[in-house]
Amino acid sequence: MAAGHAHPLYRAGDSVVHRLPAHVKIVVAFLFVLAVVATPREAFAVFGLQFLLLVGVWVAARIPPGWLATRALIEAPFVVLAVLLPFFATGPRVEWMGMSLAVDGLLAGWNILVKGTLGVLVSVTLAATTPLRDLVSGLSRLRVPSMVCVIATLMLRYLEVIAAEARRMRLARVSRGHDPRFVWQLGATVRSVGALFLRSYERGERVHLAMLSRGYTGAMPAFTTASASTATWSLALVPAVVAALLAVSGYWVA
Amino acid sequence: MTASLDVEGLAFAYPDGHQALFGVDLRIERGERVALLGPNGAGKTTLVLHLNGVHRAGAGRVEVGGLEVTRENVQEIRRRVGIVFQDPDDQLFMPTVADDVAFGPANFGVTEPELSLRVKEALDAVGVAELADRSPMHLSGGQRRRAALATVLACDPEILVLDEPSTHLDPVARRELADVLLGLDRTMLMVTHDLPYALQLCPRSVVIDGGVVVADGPTRDLLADADFLAAHRLELPFGFALD
Ligand SMILES: Nc1ncnc2c1ncn2[C@@H]1O[C@H](COP(=O)(O)OP(=O)(O)OP(=O)(O)O)[C@@H](O)[C@H]1O
Ligand SMILES: [Mg+2]
Repeated sequence: MAAGHAHPLYRAGDSVVHRLPAHVKIVVAFLFVLAVVATPREAFAVFGLQFLLLVGVWVAARIPPGWLATRALIEAPFVVLAVLLPFFATGPRVEWMGMSLAVDGLLAGWNILVKGTLGVLVSVTLAATTPLRDLVSGLSRLRVPSMVCVIATLMLRYLEVIAAEARRMRLARVSRGHDPRFVWQLGATVRSVGALFLRSYERGERVHLAMLSRGYTGAMPAFTTASASTATWSLALVPAVVAALLAVSGYWVA
Repeated sequence: MTASLDVEGLAFAYPDGHQALFGVDLRIERGERVALLGPNGAGKTTLVLHLNGVHRAGAGRVEVGGLEVTRENVQEIRRRVGIVFQDPDDQLFMPTVADDVAFGPANFGVTEPELSLRVKEALDAVGVAELADRSPMHLSGGQRRRAALATVLACDPEILVLDEPSTHLDPVARRELADVLLGLDRTMLMVTHDLPYALQLCPRSVVIDGGVVVADGPTRDLLADADFLAAHRLELPFGFALD
């Protein structure tokens, strides 16, 4: 049962995309995002084509767009920023529905919005098709410094421990008549956040001791991960290469 | 013959100046199972952390299988001494149980295909082979305890050190763990407040109090001495009597 591999963004499946080795997917996603970022902001059609490319990947991975859309909501703050920009930017302005909007601000907002959205969608697609442990081992295969991989592993693992600890502490408070709805009881909540931090810190120290006791010397042991053939690479790179070509064509158009 | 574990005149003070051990002597032969008893704050955990070089002796000396614990050979010492910590959550940190069990041996240079074999054997030894791909976070207390034990067994240590292994276990899990431990057949030092457990698992007991060894002998004899137990804040559970 793969339940243990789950993280909130993962969607179990057995598609071509799911089966690709994690390090390949990480590289492709990274290149894709680079291509999006490099596309000139005036090349409106190119972004549409890049989006269609991504839709193609979802079809191959059998991920429903609605499922993705709800997970992509983390980018909401960017959207707000993008919407506000045309109102506050300086420079030449256009009139639209009685409002005066800065052209530069409009373009800047559009730039953030479209590149942010595509970037988030690419990341969510990667996360949706790659279990946690593969992401981490994929990173270490790509020679990401082992310390970063260790921190990533521990963070993901201990988010749950800390959340559980916070839940237990809240329960203990509530059981003693604490009702966080009342403003004057906020103090207890704030203090318990401090206690939670201390506890997490002490827990971290004990975990580190236990790791040392099992021979940990500062480098994560290299677990064997699937290697990728040239054929796999060529296939997986298609979306990234097409996205890059589109970006280049954008400079022609614009 | 060299002892499995030989501690001589071990004294230690924490960096804040608190002296926790005042000259501990302890010798454990190969294959022995010894219980380490004593009240809260006696220095049991402090002693245990000296056995694999996490703490370095202030005075005195610790030897494992004839090899002295020093800065240079600390890695070899850690391969020989397997410590199972009191809280399995401190021990288990990888995304899956199998990864966690592989962590120790991989650190000690074991590579595939031997690594997978080690993982499988260790999980089999504690009877949780079916948990290999689960996340340690989503296991019950007893399953976690077994998984934590497996992570240490996979390192194939010469001496197994357990810090309060029976806490938070229901009676059945507690007995099952005893069965697992009795079936392991290796040198074992078990820190515990659970005196009947000590009696069941360890023919010999060492009592420390105030940072020194105050008794060392057959578990049954120690537990039968009510005055001695009372003097060191040890107590058999209600209704438990030795005949
Ligand atoms: N990090 C530390 N810094 C300073 N003093 C410490 C530290 N850890 C433990 N001590 C002190 O050292 C003494 C021995 O502690 P130790 O944890 O070894 O006791 P223990 O026998 O394991 O107790 P318990 O049965 O409660 O687990 C105690 O007085 C304790 O307060
Ligand atoms: Mg202790």
